[in-house]
Amino acid sequence: MTTVPGTPTNILMVGVGGQGTILASELLAHVLMESGYDVKKSEVHGMSQRGGRVVSHVRFGEKVYSPLIVKREVDYLVGFELAETLRSLEWLGPEARVLADRKAILPFTSLVGEARYPFDALELIRKRGFDLTVVDGEGLAVEAGEPKTANIVLMGALAKLLPIDKKGWEEAIKRNMPGKFVSVNLRALDLGYSAVEIA
Amino acid sequence: MKKLLLSGNEAIARGALDAGISLATAYPGTPSTEILENIARMDAGKAMWAPNEKIAVELASGVSFAGHRTIAAMKHVGVNVAADPLFTLAYTGVRGGLVIVTADDPELHSSQNEQDNRRYASFARIPMLEPSDSQEVLEFTREAFPLSERFDLPVFLRTTTRISHGKSVVIAGEWDKEEKRPDPGLVKDPAKFVMVPANARIRHLDLEERISSLKDFAESCSFNRVEMADTELGVVTSGISYNYVKEALPDASVLKLGLVFPLPDKLIRDFASRCRRIIVVEELEPYLEEGLRYLGIEAEGKSLISRFGEINTGTVRRAVTGVREPAEDNKHEPLDPIPVRPPVMCIGCPHRGIFHLLSRKGIFVAGDIGCYTLAVSPPLSAIHTTVCMGAGVNQAAGIEAVLQEEHGKVVAVIGDSTFLHSGLGGILNMAYNGIPATILILDNFTTAMTGRQNHPGSGFDITGNRTRQVDWETLLRGLGMEHVRIVDAYDLEEMDSTLTEEIKRDAPSVIVVRGACMLLRNQPVKQENPYEIDEEICTNCGNCLKLGCLAISRRNLSIDEKPVIDTQKCTGCTLCFQGCLFGAIEALE
Ligand SMILES: Cc1ncc(C[n+]2csc(CCOP(=O)(O)OP(=O)(O)O)c2C)c(N)n1
Repeated sequence: MTTVPGTPTNILMVGVGGQGTILASELLAHVLMESGYDVKKSEVHGMSQRGGRVVSHVRFGEKVYSPLIVKREVDYLVGFELAETLRSLEWLGPEARVLADRKAILPFTSLVGEARYPFDALELIRKRGFDLTVVDGEGLAVEAGEPKTANIVLMGALAKLLPIDKKGWEEAIKRNMPGKFVSVNLRALDLGYSAVEIA
Repeated sequence: MKKLLLSGNEAIARGALDAGISLATAYPGTPSTEILENIARMDAGKAMWAPNEKIAVELASGVSFAGHRTIAAMKHVGVNVAADPLFTLAYTGVRGGLVIVTADDPELHSSQNEQDNRRYASFARIPMLEPSDSQEVLEFTREAFPLSERFDLPVFLRTTTRISHGKSVVIAGEWDKEEKRPDPGLVKDPAKFVMVPANARIRHLDLEERISSLKDFAESCSFNRVEMADTELGVVTSGISYNYVKEALPDASVLKLGLVFPLPDKLIRDFASRCRRIIVVEELEPYLEEGLRYLGIEAEGKSLISRFGEINTGTVRRAVTGVREPAEDNKHEPLDPIPVRPPVMCIGCPHRGIFHLLSRKGIFVAGDIGCYTLAVSPPLSAIHTTVCMGAGVNQAAGIEAVLQEEHGKVVAVIGDSTFLHSGLGGILNMAYNGIPATILILDNFTTAMTGRQNHPGSGFDITGNRTRQVDWETLLRGLGMEHVRIVDAYDLEEMDSTLTEEIKRDAPSVIVVRGACMLLRNQPVKQENPYEIDEEICTNCGNCLKLGCLAISRRNLSIDEKPVIDTQKCTGCTLCFQGCLFGAIEALE
């Protein structure tokens, strides 16, 4: 992924209410700011607690004006949930990297068999030629000691892909999280970081 | 210099505290809610939830009249509720700086309309500031208070969802608190504060003089800025749209307006005269465009930029430069439909049971706004009107007043926070005029929709301290309601029989359906006693699936198979157990 100097880098994060998508984007934005970038972040809260779709735009660079990514200009897609990841493909730029969790959360219509859930999302994404990295967020979060840190596992994986020192992430976790949660989140970050192999 | 990453709402909170407010007040409403929550977090003694926006603005005007600075925050439609005092407060003017935040919601992310409240500024003759990012939000908020005092006017601060909830880098810097401030105290000045016609006529003239001096100020104030570049294209813009312009049209000259009412005529004329083509980039209404046209400037605006929803860098680029939407390629071929994911009631939500009954009985439900509005979606499909807070009660009464029984049964539903916001008058009306409608107050002890804010019915204030709690029965009886029933939101049988009796009754009646919001209980919401379905007994009648509970699915996700309960997700609310006609649902051992 090459970034043109002066043009912001665009990260789209998508998930379902309750997965910690917004918290993760918050952490990411802090890391970017502390690394000296201009950052803007935008999402719509409100319905997130009601199991709706959550979309967070994070943009960074020398100077960022708009908080919103334009369709087809996403550089990194971080998908916390299969169907939402798939739904976001239309936003991706030609060179976009996709970081996807295997997690599936079914909407009501799929639970009762009225609408087919795309369990084959990852295959579809790969078939289209996107650069895809798959992370088992929940599995690694359990390994870290707290299933709810799946969002931080994904941030660990993202840390490997972004041009930012991992130390920045560790500091942001120490600074922004309550003391008793710091060590488990650092473990989750590590596990996500190690899970990604850079070719 | 310390850098902060702040949302617009956090920046408003800081700015208001920096400016030395004595009191902040608000009624929750997306995207404005976090303003008061942040003020309460930083300085608990200075924040108060008001029961509605009119009360918030009137309370704030009292603070201002006492010579103190104050802020009242609300979502765009909240200004409709508060409009009555606002129009006349422009006449009286202020003593202490009085700032009204209107948080607009283009695209209706969480609203019932997308009205553009810049129109309120010109209508009510109240100056309006419109910042473009969190840094400006902080600065404009700080400056709004002295501005209000200097021109003797309330000041609107307008944000939109992307400003309110968007986060950007802020350098807080130092703020000089030493400016001149009014003296706190009581001032008896009827000519200014008592708007009887004789005084108001004079204050109306005075208002236009204040606006006129503000217009002079607008010509050179730092809220407005000209960024001259290529003069082929000049763009007039404000608020969030400025950012899209800077990205989409980096070579254009820009007139960025931070004070959007009153407009700086000379500045605009001068800018327009220096550019060959003038366009206006703004979301929603052609507010600035009309301002330019009034000055005789041939500006393009809504002929290029949509009047509906949000815009972004892409829409501006396409509208002005003519670049097209990227073509489909093999990476972006259309996909098979992906199931939509609408927001739904939580598993264990106290609103589910009553709507299951209303749906089963086929009753027409005049609705209102809150989490319970989610019952509009299938499988509950049990809300038939939603207009604004408080409307459902009166709509049910109106329907009841003119339609005969054979047209079917009608009830209204209204949440506890909504009822205390604007439902009381409707009950009074029904009792007074003897309209035999049945109103269901859905009491979950909180304002759930906007993130669980306390209200006078919850018994706690904004900081979580105990306070007086509304006594519903006494309240409703005091309004003239003879028939008041209180039922358990998790008891289907009790709700069913009460509903049947009260609908039949030829007199006004209220049923308070009571059950605490799931999200008020300690997280995680999982409880001890989940339920399961005995496959042997289950007849696959599908009744439990009509609850729309995300813990109940069909086996193997197949439409033909029997339902199954996810015992990891089940909260043990028992509604499916009570509703099962065959006794196939039982508590897990
Ligand atoms: C005038 C106005 N102010 C605020 C709002 C935002 N809002 C919508 S519903 C609601 C209250 C919801 O609380 P409640 O009636 O108790 O229902 P619940 O969500 O708890 O079910 C609020 C604050 C609005 N739509 N209109």
